Amino acid sequence: MDIYSIVFYVFAFITLTGAGIVVFSRNIVYSAFSLLFTFFGVAGLYVLLMADFLAVTQMLIYVGAILVLVLFGVMLTTNVIDVQLRSGTIHVLPAMVLVAALGAALLHVFWYTDWNVLPQPLAVEETAPEIGTMFLGTYVLPFEVASVILLVALIGAAMIARRGRKV
Amino acid sequence: MQIGDWFQHPGLTHFLIISAVLFSFGVFAIITRRNAVMVLMGIELILNAANINFVAFSRYSTGTLDGQMIAVFVIILAAAEAAIALAIILNIFRNFNTVDVDELTQLRD
Repeated sequence: MDIYSIVFYVFAFITLTGAGIVVFSRNIVYSAFSLLFTFFGVAGLYVLLMADFLAVTQMLIYVGAILVLVLFGVMLTTNVIDVQLRSGTIHVLPAMVLVAALGAALLHVFWYTDWNVLPQPLAVEETAPEIGTMFLGTYVLPFEVASVILLVALIGAAMIARRGRKV
Repeated sequence: MQIGDWFQHPGLTHFLIISAVLFSFGVFAIITRRNAVMVLMGIELILNAANINFVAFSRYSTGTLDGQMIAVFVIILAAAEAAIALAIILNIFRNFNTVDVDELTQLRD
């Protein structure tokens, strides 16, 4: 077993264990913190897929921004005085059946489909220059739209969350 | 294909299986949790699962970086979505004093 597969299994374990704790933990703060491990593990998988720019983006945006937002959401929307940090669950059994069926179907498709696999997987040494070129070339319109969406989302979030709004 | 051999050489299928499990966890969180913030976490898990698929296919199947580009856009939209959703959740909490998605049946109080 070479070093690549060992590292792969380590990151897969981190990702799936983190996701399992997110889903099955009774305490929502534990869930939010183990989301960190999931995002970190996914960033590691990106590195193994030779997507260095994407891995750093994942670390910056998911771990640095979205996770902090989620933690703020958890802390601001729980009644700390009542110790209501638990988040209840509903219809667990039907959900388990449904999710097991869905996951089994997905795994079946992924396992038995004859995927078009390249003889030599893509291995770009540095993806950032090429991604930058594509951003300003083929993908310039989605790039601009995404920047407008981010601006709109920023202003909208500030508007919605503002205190003392009279409507 | 030998099963031991399959375990020793991570390829496209390995990443797809991880993303399938991650996706299932996300759907489970969305269905079972009553806290709106937990539902949001489930959505993030699903977006990550989709991103793993995009990047894996980009490396093993298409041989171009287009999959990684889509993944970057997904991350951008996830950031925008998380900000808006948490602002809405905060507002709901301020008005109704709960974030239980089962109790939120009105748009205004």
